Amino acid sequence: MSAGPGRAGLVLAAELIFEKSRPGRHGLSLPALDVPLSSPPKALTRKEDCNLPEVSELCVVRHFTRLSSWNFGIDLGSYPLGSCTMKYNPRVNEAIAQLPGFTNIHPYQPEELSQGALRLIYELEHALSEISGMDRVSLQPAAGAQGELVGVKIIRAFHESKGNPRKKILIPDTAHGTNPASCTLAGYEVVTIKTENGILESHTVAKLMDNDVAALMLTNPNTLGLFETEIKEIAKIVHDKGGLVYCDGANLNAIMGVVKLGELGIDVMHFNLHKTFSTPHGGGGPGAGPVGVKKILAPFLPSPLVEKSNGLYKIYPVGKNSIGRVKGFFGNFLVLVRAYAYIRALGAPGLKRTSQMAVLNANYIKARLKDSYDLPFDEIEKRPCMHETVFTDKKQQQYGVTTLDIAKRLLDKGFHPPTIYFPLVVHGALMIEPTETESKEEIDQLVDSLIEISNEAKENKKLLKEAPHNTIVGRVDEVGAARKPKLRWRP
Amino acid sequence: MSYEIPDDLFYTKEHEWARREGDFVVVGISAYAQESLGDIVFIELPKIGEELSQNDTFGVVESVKAVSDLFSPISGKVVETNGTVTETPELINQDPYGEGWLIKLTMGDDSELHNLMNATEYEEYLGQEAKEATEP
Repeated sequence: MSAGPGRAGLVLAAELIFEKSRPGRHGLSLPALDVPLSSPPKALTRKEDCNLPEVSELCVVRHFTRLSSWNFGIDLGSYPLGSCTMKYNPRVNEAIAQLPGFTNIHPYQPEELSQGALRLIYELEHALSEISGMDRVSLQPAAGAQGELVGVKIIRAFHESKGNPRKKILIPDTAHGTNPASCTLAGYEVVTIKTENGILESHTVAKLMDNDVAALMLTNPNTLGLFETEIKEIAKIVHDKGGLVYCDGANLNAIMGVVKLGELGIDVMHFNLHKTFSTPHGGGGPGAGPVGVKKILAPFLPSPLVEKSNGLYKIYPVGKNSIGRVKGFFGNFLVLVRAYAYIRALGAPGLKRTSQMAVLNANYIKARLKDSYDLPFDEIEKRPCMHETVFTDKKQQQYGVTTLDIAKRLLDKGFHPPTIYFPLVVHGALMIEPTETESKEEIDQLVDSLIEISNEAKENKKLLKEAPHNTIVGRVDEVGAARKPKLRWRP
Repeated sequence: MSYEIPDDLFYTKEHEWARREGDFVVVGISAYAQESLGDIVFIELPKIGEELSQNDTFGVVESVKAVSDLFSPISGKVVETNGTVTETPELINQDPYGEGWLIKLTMGDDSELHNLMNATEYEEYLGQEAKEATEP
């Protein structure tokens, strides 16, 4: 019997909905025509049938219900996808985001009739400032990567205002994978800093820092789950040469209420509200990636912001130095509503406890798994990790078993696999982030399952090589799918 | 694990190889690199005529595991690219030092070649890198 909740059971197949189509079958009956028939002009009509599936309502219901039973989500079981913070999002936040006062509001409604929404934006900005130690926050960016681009554009605008946009941005190899792309898109050359033992060292930054460097962009805690302890000295080195420091806030779940990034010398950062502050994510959105800055960068923030005067909330433009608007209106407003509800429900002590529990859970996993799985760097072995920890497949490789096989086998045990083969600085990485919302019992099941898998690697390699066995679709041909993708269905 | 490391090539720390062919240098990625990447599914190469400096990125290689930049071992002008590997990137996995070559550059300053590692040095470097990556 498997340690995890995964069992093989009855799963119902679903053909493509197009294959279920039968001529004349339909899901609704229109009333008889009671006006003269009028045909659209010939130029506007289709030349061929659009081939919509002809199916009954029950057929549609069964089709999508069956598909949903093939899926794996946080509502089914643990989802320890490192770097993604797949925490449980309390249902009350959904209920609040569906209040008609939020869903029926129109962005062109006059300010005096939008006071509630504007107050929420104002108070959320101030809550995020308090959590991060930044002076101003724009809630407009719609995702983490957009937040990064906005942050780097602010850096560029700042340097341009001083007469020289500079050329390069330094990024350690332990930063998030999207960081180099954001810098490139903003017109900067990326210089990758190779870290020793998983930690960015101030002397390495000192060697690379010059007057051409616009900024250092790092992730703290970094993607190895380690806190960058030299960050204050590093920030000083960068500032002394006129550069700025950007922190990717994707790992904020580890440090809320414990450390303020603004006090570590960070000048600009983004938040992933959909990770840290409770919005279901992983399906491609919607998200929210607010950008926080220190006072010197506030004039460059996207416009507009919300201010309060004489008890009224007002929308005001940032001014001529603003990088402009980056998203319609105030971004993905209902994501902001969820984040606000989450922050207000937990309060400062609750947020701190959230981070402490997230870190405790990751350290518990690290301690329980370190005999079965290899830890890649001395620093990871020696120090406590933050909210996530990274193992490798080194111990399993001697049996011909790789990270991919371990991840696939974990599906059979009833868990979503961790992030694999990232960060790139670790060969065969397995990056586990349990989050604070998993109980000790759930974590024990996950750990026991991973230990079971490490034993199976020794005893029954074939079982792993052919995994998953319990899912409706077995091992997929990832190479074939990437090399010869079939991007559309044809009859 | 041991990897094929031909004696007549020069190697970079980023695992590209360079082979001198008269006034030109042919560039590819090493057996270790293709093995570490896993099945390669996409490759992006520069335009012919592009001028590269040593260590410039000249393309992108994507496998099912990861996406990595390609770094030029030497400075030179791109005179030829391997059109076959863009269509069938599995050639890089199958024959990294032969059919899986990537670009051909003009040879500028040949001292740059000698700044690279030779086969023995690269083998040592791989031993070291493999050790660094797996030390507890």
